[in-house]
Amino acid sequence: MSTSTTEPAAKPGGPSGKTMLSTEQVTKSFGGLVAVNNVSFSIPERSIVSIIGPNGAGKTTFFNMLTGLYKPSVGRILLDGEDISRTRPDRITTLGIARTFQNIRLFATMSAVENVMVGQHARMKAGLIGSIVRPPGVRREEREVREKARDMLSYVGLAKKNHDELAVNLSYGDQRRVEIARALASEPRLLLLDEPTAGMNPQESDRLTAFMRQLREERNLTILLIEHDMKVIMGVSERITVLDHGEKIAEGDPVEVRANPVVVEAYLGKQG
Amino acid sequence: MTELRTRLKGRENLLGAIVALTIAAFLPLFFDPLSNIVDNCILAAAYVVMALGLNIVVGFAGLLDLGYVAFYAFGAYTVGWFASDHFSAINGQKGIHVLAGEFADKLPGIHLNFLLVMVAALAITGLAGMLIGLPTLRLRGDYIAIVTLAFGEIVYRFAVNGDEINIANGYHLTNGRQAISPIDSIDLPGLANFDSAISLRPYYWFVLVLVALVLLVNFRLRDSRQGRAWIAIREDEVAAASMGVPLVKTKLMAYATGAAFGGLSGTFLGSYLTSVNANNFQFGFSIFILAMIILGGLGSIWGVAFGAILLSFINTYFIPDVFNSVPRKLGLDFDLTILNFGIFGFLILIVMVLRPQGLFPERRRALELTEGVGVADSTFEVNAP
Repeated sequence: MSTSTTEPAAKPGGPSGKTMLSTEQVTKSFGGLVAVNNVSFSIPERSIVSIIGPNGAGKTTFFNMLTGLYKPSVGRILLDGEDISRTRPDRITTLGIARTFQNIRLFATMSAVENVMVGQHARMKAGLIGSIVRPPGVRREEREVREKARDMLSYVGLAKKNHDELAVNLSYGDQRRVEIARALASEPRLLLLDEPTAGMNPQESDRLTAFMRQLREERNLTILLIEHDMKVIMGVSERITVLDHGEKIAEGDPVEVRANPVVVEAYLGKQG
Repeated sequence: MTELRTRLKGRENLLGAIVALTIAAFLPLFFDPLSNIVDNCILAAAYVVMALGLNIVVGFAGLLDLGYVAFYAFGAYTVGWFASDHFSAINGQKGIHVLAGEFADKLPGIHLNFLLVMVAALAITGLAGMLIGLPTLRLRGDYIAIVTLAFGEIVYRFAVNGDEINIANGYHLTNGRQAISPIDSIDLPGLANFDSAISLRPYYWFVLVLVALVLLVNFRLRDSRQGRAWIAIREDEVAAASMGVPLVKTKLMAYATGAAFGGLSGTFLGSYLTSVNANNFQFGFSIFILAMIILGGLGSIWGVAFGAILLSFINTYFIPDVFNSVPRKLGLDFDLTILNFGIFGFLILIVMVLRPQGLFPERRRALELTEGVGVADSTFEVNAP
């Protein structure tokens, strides 16, 4: 991930006023367990928003609902004002939401390039017959998709020599890169990153933070991330939503959230 | 550089296929036109077509299908219905004929040209494949196997008892164990004379063309949008769905394509064996084909083709012709042929212990089995409508 000069968040090139994604009183329960309870929030276009909270707070469950892997038990999820709470995951990808996973989920025995090519699946046209007959249009599409995959891998900083390496053989950091490239390949407008800096050292985290801003600048992306690293969160987010036991307990800009006693209590316990 | 390598790799397979098929094409010239060897080769080639079809479902898409025999049956009955005197009273005993050839043109019943029958079989089995696929869409792994196994058994039961099922005007669905027979020979005037009493060579070359076709389709599908989607859902369904791969459509495509190959081969076998007998559609046959692709290497196109040829020859040549008398020589009172399924089972066992990735594994699979990659979790609701 290429470095750019660090700049404070929420400056020119920051969020527009338009809401991109919003949830309305979203609840998800598994049997008796309520994992996410009555959460409403919204993400403005071109913003970088974080969800934080202690382990088991329901952050990843919330992500899974946004991407269609779970259907909310109650409530609605709106993308550009359109209800997507019952939409299939692949349709949601087509509509412009892409994600990475907390524990990397690459297609382990496909090469890095092939992984990113799968990311472009929704943007391709070739059907079953076309794949067999391979008319010029399909050949061209295949070539373009492969080239774009390589460009994308270079963009996220994967060394050329690793492009054709099987995903499972890549280092942890490179796997994270490929996962981001795969998500970007689907041409999203909203990118969801689930603990992207997990397992990274401070330098790598800094570079990723800068890369997120670069993504917004260069690709007009809106970014929602789950994160534990406070330095990353405070450095990059314009808004923070705090979940605890499935409920939204606080929301605001980094300074507000840091000063909020409820948040401190959730993380550190009640002060004597 | 890498681009060059991938291009060369594509050529490698093409080159290999051309060499192998050319050698295979000259093979029957060294044997008597009616020799058993040619007969065995024809069966082996037909099984290669089936195995490559099943390989798409099991090897590429990772959906364990234990009812593949159903598509053999569908294909065979397609030729049974549309190229025999099964519906003998149709059109006032005069029959319906479409380019059926001089001989068949005079017979009652429906007689379509074999190429038309193949097209019909592709459509029918492709559809049947999707129908079988539907109830398995919400299932994973072993449960898919159970549903497909049941489906194969249902089709077999229908085939066996079909002689008592009346479909309009007293026609029966099948002839059960009495078999629908005779089936029309393939008729391609000007190309070859398909008469199995004179020479088996035309049948051999015909099925070789089918093999070439199916090989081409396999290679092209593997390196395509469709093939990548299949491998992606095999590797990680949740990630695949999240990357925009529609699970339902992708799986149904795998079932349909795999089924179509099985049907194609079944149609050919029906015509070649000149009869369609319900006895051929038993569960054991599904395992026979599955054993071929496991032996060769799941997902590996060359491996699967090799596995099919090897098992076919073990079944039609080595067991009955070469080693059949071994038990008697040892003073035991039975022929080796009655043990053939036991022998297949034993072979699979040996392969599983010594070389679980198969004889010629696909690069990906080899890795999966030795490094234990791949994930499975069932909590996501990606399959929900």
